[in-house]
Amino acid sequence: MNKSSFDPTNAVCGAFFILVGALFAWQSLQVELGTWLRIGPGGMPLALSLLLILLGVIIALSSLRGVGEPVGAIAWRGILFITLAPIIFGLTVRGLGFVGAVFITALFASFASLRMTPLRAVALSVALTVFSTAVFSYGLGLPFERFGPWLR
Amino acid sequence: MELLGNLALGFATASTVANIGFCLIGVLLGTLIGVLPGIGATATIAMLLPITFQIGDPVSSLIMLAGIYYGAQYGGSTTAILINMPGESSSAVTAIDGYQMARNGRAGVALATAAIGSFVAGTIATVLIVLFAPPLTAMALKFGAAEYCSLMVVGLVMSVALAHGSVVKAVAMVVLGLLLGLVGQDVISGASRLNFGLTQLGDQLNFVAIAVGLFGIAEILRNLEDERTREVLVSKVTGLMPTREDFRRMAAPILRGTALGSALGILPGNGAVLAAFASYSIEKRVSDRPQEFGRGALAGVAGPESANNAGAQTSFIPMLTLGIPANPVMALMIGAMIIQGIVPGPNVAAENPALFWGLIASMWIGNLLLIILNLPLVGLWVKLLKVPYYVLFPIIMAFCSIGVYSVNSNVWDLFSVAFFGLLGYFLLKLRCEPAPLLLGFVLGPLLEENLRRAMILSRGDPTTFITRPISAGLLLLALVVLVIVFLPAVRRKREEVFVEED
Repeated sequence: MNKSSFDPTNAVCGAFFILVGALFAWQSLQVELGTWLRIGPGGMPLALSLLLILLGVIIALSSLRGVGEPVGAIAWRGILFITLAPIIFGLTVRGLGFVGAVFITALFASFASLRMTPLRAVALSVALTVFSTAVFSYGLGLPFERFGPWLR
Repeated sequence: MELLGNLALGFATASTVANIGFCLIGVLLGTLIGVLPGIGATATIAMLLPITFQIGDPVSSLIMLAGIYYGAQYGGSTTAILINMPGESSSAVTAIDGYQMARNGRAGVALATAAIGSFVAGTIATVLIVLFAPPLTAMALKFGAAEYCSLMVVGLVMSVALAHGSVVKAVAMVVLGLLLGLVGQDVISGASRLNFGLTQLGDQLNFVAIAVGLFGIAEILRNLEDERTREVLVSKVTGLMPTREDFRRMAAPILRGTALGSALGILPGNGAVLAAFASYSIEKRVSDRPQEFGRGALAGVAGPESANNAGAQTSFIPMLTLGIPANPVMALMIGAMIIQGIVPGPNVAAENPALFWGLIASMWIGNLLLIILNLPLVGLWVKLLKVPYYVLFPIIMAFCSIGVYSVNSNVWDLFSVAFFGLLGYFLLKLRCEPAPLLLGFVLGPLLEENLRRAMILSRGDPTTFITRPISAGLLLLALVVLVIVFLPAVRRKREEVFVEED
């Protein structure tokens, strides 16, 4: 494909908006659309979804005459470790309790950077756990169990 | 006079020991996070937002949030001056001459100029808010549902006009935001909708989770792309005090910048950014030494910094009086108010005068604290610039997780953070700015509710929007703005401005 006459970023972008618009349109049709007098819960979402699809089409078409710009580096490692960190917190906070969840989350997020060594990561996570427990649990009195049922 | 009575109430509210304390903590925390390179004011506020909910009192928590905003802005200017890495586009202009001043060994003076300019601008803009908020509120109270709808359309169109990059993409982001705002329970019929079967999401998508994900997580991911070492230019900042000559040369730029910023800040859309750029080019034009610009001109720091800060301040006017956010930060403030159980809009001033005037008074106090605190503490901030990224990520991630979970104790909110972080990063890669999405998200439910009310009031006649004069005028304004943005000449010019900015 000729690079100078095709912009892959805009093609992906347009396709994304069309897809999301279609998904929301399908969801809007599950509820009542209503009339002009009494617009139902599906009315405005459907209108917006159709608008989003239209915009997606315009963006996708514009990719044909755009100049392809490089997407740049993608932080794959960051995506893995950073976005999983809150999920891990969510999965462990009830079972392990506040202290354990903070420690594991911090330790996991530490590996997002290539420059972190395991020893430093553990040291940082311990320090962070002590600090957070002191400030959030004792200081602000957040109502979370410090040690959960998995540790008992 | 009523005005003085209101101000007295405001200062009485804002200057209790507790509230000054919260404002102080806010300013400190805001600067602390804002000074971290690559993390802008919006990301800072999004990350610190959950903490403010731990304060029971809505007035105190909004005061703290405002303090965070001022601190974050000042922190952004500090990084712009010292390491040429503006966290937010509004301080990109400061970086041009501020960084050059730092290279010439005048970092201290540049920082002091930024602080003084911000303080003067903040003081004048606060007075303007006091003068203009009540009449605007009175006008807004006369608005019906149809006028509100049209006003929101104007706000959204303006935010599109002032967003970076492609206009079509910005419109798409607004629409996506509006749709996401409608996910969950429909207020009028009670029906549950658009949730793709995930009833765990609750009545509505969690605002804090979206803000933290889109702005906080996505920004961290962008920083992780390129882990080069940052060059901290100055290890010790000395010579903070500007000379008498410096003072003489910064006075006029500060005043001009303030005037420009105050005017542009009121407009819906991110006027502060535009004001900073406009101020820079005006200063360059009126200066008797234009050759100095780009090589460390004092006026090139004083003008844009004042414009930026004045604009940041007056953007509170549409938020407080109309309940319409002018920029993503105001969208965060509105989100915070809604979570605290306050309905933003013209009724706030009448129903909750202590909150309304207390917040205004706290703006001035916040600016004062900023100048008292930050100049002596500048050494500490410089040290912070040297903290390596890899230490920051785990800290930020742990605090974000704790913060988001503390709002509702709902595990699904944490999954939303991860989802929206990934979505935000994906959209950034597609060159779509997240700011219009957040505005759309906040305005979605309001827009729909008013639209449906307007239709019921007009007995199902959709022409009501163009037969009511105020509504028609507002829609016409929105149309004119859209047409202007799409005019080929303006379009080219607009692209130029934003290219320069990046």
